[in-house]
Amino acid sequence: MADALVVAALLLTAGAATGVVLTRDPGRQAIVLSGYGLALGVLFVVLQAPDVAMSQIGVGTVVLPLLVVLALRAARTAGKAARKRAAAREEDGA
Amino acid sequence: MTPRARTAVFFAGAAGIAVLLLLALPGMPSFGLGAHPYGARAVRAGTDQDTPNIIASVNFDQRALDTVGEELILFAAALGAVVLLRAVRDERLRAGGDLRHGPADVFDALRLTGALLLPVTLVVGAYVVANGYSSPGGGFQGGVVLASALHLVYLAGDYPALKRLRPIPPFEVAESSAAALFVVSALAAGALTATERGARTVPWLNAVVGVEVACGFVIVLARFFEQALEIRPRRKEAR
Repeated sequence: MADALVVAALLLTAGAATGVVLTRDPGRQAIVLSGYGLALGVLFVVLQAPDVAMSQIGVGTVVLPLLVVLALRAARTAGKAARKRAAAREEDGA
Repeated sequence: MTPRARTAVFFAGAAGIAVLLLLALPGMPSFGLGAHPYGARAVRAGTDQDTPNIIASVNFDQRALDTVGEELILFAAALGAVVLLRAVRDERLRAGGDLRHGPADVFDALRLTGALLLPVTLVVGAYVVANGYSSPGGGFQGGVVLASALHLVYLAGDYPALKRLRPIPPFEVAESSAAALFVVSALAAGALTATERGARTVPWLNAVVGVEVACGFVIVLARFFEQALEIRPRRKEAR
């Protein structure tokens, strides 16, 4: 019974990890990564490591995806401004 | 390097690692085995001290140096975020950014959920820190819960309220003082006897770590929030 649970948690984690790799859009990937963090947390609980599971869920499921999403938004704003500047420069040159 | 050469280098490295892993595999203890030589020794060393939680004993005594290192990693991360993520030459800080006029337009249900979850999550975080000496959890876990509790306010759509809730200077002071206190306490614990350590020192260490971790995460996230929501490229001056 316990072994079945471990196998199920391992499969869930492997499936979620594959999902993260196969998601190509970084914004969506952050959300899938959050799900993967939760699956990994479940695996740690099943393997009787509740301390590690709590850290994992806090950092991997909440903080890390939030950092990724915020970094993406900052990068997009900066990219948009750079494109606008480049377009303006081209117009000046023409 | 051409893609072809890169693939060749990757497969050479991967093959080497695969060989080493296969060689190491037969030497592993079997999965889920009840007794492990390291585990048995760690538990014996832990029970010699006055502690109801062997994990806490391992963290703060047998691997105290690792724990100090982890604390300082977070401290360094917060310091790096503060130094690197600020408005530079061609950027300007627009306090509040797009949301400076007030809360975003979100469902009332979401707003209410955030308002209800904030105090509950804060209490859970404090509980996890306070009971870390006898049950799963501790300073790091509780600190992360406390830090994420504050950010529920943002998830509920009210970035201005989050800014008011966490003025950065006091959090920076609290983080660095807690990090320093932790190192000092860890060094001072060497002067205690084995029976004095444990149940009496672990709650204190957990509290210090909890403050350090919560403030560290808040500061790192605050810098990322600032970059994403408040910092804009400076408009070109009129030519």
